[in-house]
Amino acid sequence: MATQHSRSAARLMMAPAVILLLGWMLVPLIMTLMFSFKKYLPLRGGDLGWVGFDNYIRFVTSSAFWPSVLATLAIVGGVLFITVVFGVLLAVLLNQPMWGQGIVRILVIAPFFVMPTVSALVWKNMFMDPVNGLFAHLWKFFGATPIEWLSQASLQSIIMIVSWQWLPFATLILLTAIQSLDREQLEAAEMDGAPPLKRFGYITLPHLGRAITVVVLIQTIFLLGIFAEIFVTTQGSFGTRTLTYLIYQRVLESQNVGLGSAGGVYAIILANIVAIFLMRAVGKNLDA
Amino acid sequence: MARAVTQNRKIINTVAAWTVGLLIFFPILWTILTSFKTEATAIADPPVFLAFDWTLENYSVVLERSNYMRFLWNSVIIAGGSTILGIIIAVPAAWSMAFVPGKRTKDILLWMLSTKMLPAVGVLYPIYLIFIKMGLLDSRTGLVIVLMLMNLPIIVWMLYTYFREIPGEILEAARMDGAGLKEEILYVLTPMAIPGIASTLLLNFILAWNEAFWTLNLTAAKAAPLTAFIASYSSPEGLFYAKLSAASTMAIAPILILGWFSQKQLVSGLTFGAVK
Repeated sequence: MATQHSRSAARLMMAPAVILLLGWMLVPLIMTLMFSFKKYLPLRGGDLGWVGFDNYIRFVTSSAFWPSVLATLAIVGGVLFITVVFGVLLAVLLNQPMWGQGIVRILVIAPFFVMPTVSALVWKNMFMDPVNGLFAHLWKFFGATPIEWLSQASLQSIIMIVSWQWLPFATLILLTAIQSLDREQLEAAEMDGAPPLKRFGYITLPHLGRAITVVVLIQTIFLLGIFAEIFVTTQGSFGTRTLTYLIYQRVLESQNVGLGSAGGVYAIILANIVAIFLMRAVGKNLDA
Repeated sequence: MARAVTQNRKIINTVAAWTVGLLIFFPILWTILTSFKTEATAIADPPVFLAFDWTLENYSVVLERSNYMRFLWNSVIIAGGSTILGIIIAVPAAWSMAFVPGKRTKDILLWMLSTKMLPAVGVLYPIYLIFIKMGLLDSRTGLVIVLMLMNLPIIVWMLYTYFREIPGEILEAARMDGAGLKEEILYVLTPMAIPGIASTLLLNFILAWNEAFWTLNLTAAKAAPLTAFIASYSSPEGLFYAKLSAASTMAIAPILILGWFSQKQLVSGLTFGAVK
């Protein structure tokens, strides 16, 4: 169907998008790579020359590095665990016959549309505030001492806020996947006397495998980069300084661009490892 | 007997699902309710749910005090501009990939997706520097460009998935009837592509509206959209719950409403067609 003429027309039509994305990817990437091998302090002397791998070594040997890796892992792991487990349960629940399914769906999805700064601030002040927050009222009602959430249980609090934002995404995708499950298969198993838990474990869960993989991979990409939630709550204190936040502080707060860029390169490598797996999952679908 | 069992199960399902649904929605509901309270009732212990004197005062205070309209306008321009610009660039690309696929189409698509995986913080300083050099820092133009580039892969992917579902036979039929490339695009493809373009528009508008890395780091007073406006409530104004709630409600209401329309597209759009 495609003639020589339409092929070159097609190339021409693709060109703007390809060229723009190529520039968007390459220009900053090359600059980051270049800065990462330099001692570069914009406010204290500017470009102070090449330093080889100094920044890379200093970034990983600084006392802030390992705690930031651990905080990142805790947040990404915690949120993934909560959203996938509750997402599967919620998807199964929402797939049952009930009254007002459409409305419940809307209620469950809503948090995804709340901008990150709003959800972080609402949780921080109106729920987690140790004096006037709703949780403090609740704790006092039961005779307990209110918790200072964002300082005493800072990581858990961030995990809770971010999980609330991402649970709708996981639920919605898993629900879509469940709805494509062959009903007859489940009914046949039921007739053969398979109890609900076995039906779930042997039919529903394996069917969801692919959707769960996609949820985990996409969320990981986004979760590695969460910023606003930390920016408006703890500003990276109380052990919530993730790798992303550490790099942000090095680059914009302490204006140590060389060091921050080396951190940026680490973050890019990390994201790419996850991305490779995601691309495989997505790429398979392209052939189908 | 069997009928009674299913009826009972339906009741249990309904109660369970509504409980969970309301629990998840509660923070939003609480914010909306609080926005109509006075500051004193907002922090009352025990908390008041519905039985308070409803007031619109917080809204008028927020509107007066903080130049809310300017932030709103910035959000509209940045989210709308970046989405429309992105679609203008993406439609031809997605069209050609869907209808004239070459050997490398799949690679190009996957490569585009991979640019989306680049962590923003890794390129923060270069972008910051380029923005300063070009005078784009704290300008709406700058943010329109950055958010457009950020969402361009998703836009291309979504459009590609929609376009691919348009049967090629229709095009061939049109060509047989003597339609040129221009007629083909204008009278055959465009009408069929409009629903897909509309949902792409919607989802990307939402994503751009809520974007909170570049909008926080590349704006100050002039071009700040609602995300940055709310962040400015971080402290100490954030302790005025009623006003914080009013500002928050105004920032999320338009997107909540738009979002509910886009539930379906959300899945295929955000999973790049991997889950449909």
